[in-house]
Amino acid sequence: MDWLNNLVGPTAARGILQLIGINVAFVVVLMIVAYTVLAERRILGFIQGRLGPNRVGPGGMFQPFADLLKFIFKEEIVPDKSTRFVYLLAPMLAITAALMPIIVYPFGPEITIPFTRITFPLVVTRFDVALLYVLAITSVGVYGIALAGWSSNNKYSLMGGLRASAQLISYELSLGLSLVGVVILSSTLDLYSIVEQQGGWYGLRWNIFRFPAPQVIGFVIYIISAIAETNRVPFDLPEAETELVAGFHTEYSALKFALFFMAEYVNMFTVSMLATTMFFGGWQGPGVAAFPALGIVYFLAKLVCFLFLYIWLRGTLPRFRFDQLMNFGWKFLLPVALLNLILTATVVFFFGA
Amino acid sequence: MSDWLTYIIFFLLAGLAVGSAVAVVAQRNPLYSAISLIGVFIALAGMYLTMAAPFIAAVQIIVYAGAIMVLVVFVIMLLNVEEEVRRPLRLRYLVPVAVLLAAVFFAEAAFILYFVNDAPVAPPSPAAAVNPSSVGLTASIGAGLFTTYLLPFEITSILILMALVGAMSLARRAAVRPGDLVVPGAAVLTAQTVNPARVGDATPVRAETTAEAAALTGLWDRATERGDDE
Repeated sequence: MDWLNNLVGPTAARGILQLIGINVAFVVVLMIVAYTVLAERRILGFIQGRLGPNRVGPGGMFQPFADLLKFIFKEEIVPDKSTRFVYLLAPMLAITAALMPIIVYPFGPEITIPFTRITFPLVVTRFDVALLYVLAITSVGVYGIALAGWSSNNKYSLMGGLRASAQLISYELSLGLSLVGVVILSSTLDLYSIVEQQGGWYGLRWNIFRFPAPQVIGFVIYIISAIAETNRVPFDLPEAETELVAGFHTEYSALKFALFFMAEYVNMFTVSMLATTMFFGGWQGPGVAAFPALGIVYFLAKLVCFLFLYIWLRGTLPRFRFDQLMNFGWKFLLPVALLNLILTATVVFFFGA
Repeated sequence: MSDWLTYIIFFLLAGLAVGSAVAVVAQRNPLYSAISLIGVFIALAGMYLTMAAPFIAAVQIIVYAGAIMVLVVFVIMLLNVEEEVRRPLRLRYLVPVAVLLAAVFFAEAAFILYFVNDAPVAPPSPAAAVNPSSVGLTASIGAGLFTTYLLPFEITSILILMALVGAMSLARRAAVRPGDLVVPGAAVLTAQTVNPARVGDATPVRAETTAEAAALTGLWDRATERGDDE
């Protein structure tokens, strides 16, 4: 990388490298997301005793690209009475907020490119407050949905948008609190260091099993809140089609709808990444010390398990009622998350992290 | 090279902050004002980042952009506030006051820019000299909050708790209106709602059947009529 340093100076060189890293990360994530959509349709098909899309390419492999082409060539309809500027802004906000957290997730340990001396960690940027950054961007993601619902000038959209904002604000609290236990154990907010600390002991150093305070309660609260945060079954009230047509994106068509759709799946992906990183050791696994490139395989494998869990839940669970959802979030999840926090802090105080 | 980049980033963020702040005041539609205010907060968070204070930046976004403004947008959406119509100015005598205040503010800014900048730089304190790179980081802020600044921290917490309790007591329903539904079997009523004379008495009153609940709230007649029809 010396020639790049000489050419434009160290700061700009780092900027250029990070820009490349960001683009690689985005492309990888969006490809995985495209195939998550396909996997969801096929697995749902099998759960419901049918085949699912299998016509485009071998076993339906090219279905995501066919869908994308369809979205691109569809007619864009902007409702006449909508608030045009906000209406166009909302899907951009949604997808931006969904993609931004990706840059702090460690995909793997430091790897060396074969036959060269170039060594770099598989993370775009290490950041002192990486976890807070993720939570901050997640909380900004509410605007995409809320503004979409408001600007469409449609009562179903507005109801969907309001439900979504209420749900997101409520579950964000327990989501954040469930992660504090892990932060106490690792005494850092940097995701890369959190993963590094979870190595060895045949997986018993993963935060979900870690001595002295296994974060089992924290993980259960996290995964429930994460499903609610991504508006997935059984918490998909903002887009409950039996009550609200399609919720906040009723009035969106073509590529703008595709952006919301992608944002939902990217969110699913990022909360799964966070679960893997915080509770299941990220890229840690047998043989990573000897072959660092294995790390990315372990990371993606753990991720796929979480994505499968999402699809599985969608195939099997019915939907909550809205008052049940609110009561569950505020009167059960939040107190239990606080209890977990107090327990973890007490145990760590007496036994040390 | 790096100075050049820093300047570009600073002026981008400063322009965004000032532009959004002007838009907050200038917009007639309250929702647009709210969105502009979010822009201000995000630009400020970016400024904190360039000043090597990532923790403050993250907290700025979480608290202001993520929590407070969501609530504001929520209320604007819920109440469906209409666009404000242009009206002749009321309180005309405030205009010169505003101009005067703005002049004072600009004078202060200019004073800081031209005089404080030239002042000799104080020698760095020994605490900062030990590890200057960790000043804005989470660990040092946490250590500061729980040791040196523990009392102010706790007092702030109590203040926020008081605001919370105050909001709860304001939002508590004072009385049952005729249209309200009473759930039998659940201790949903307070002594105050059943008998207005017992102001401030929050003892729960239990009703086992619909008729009982209706009698408690003084809706007995309507309930019996409905019962006769069935």
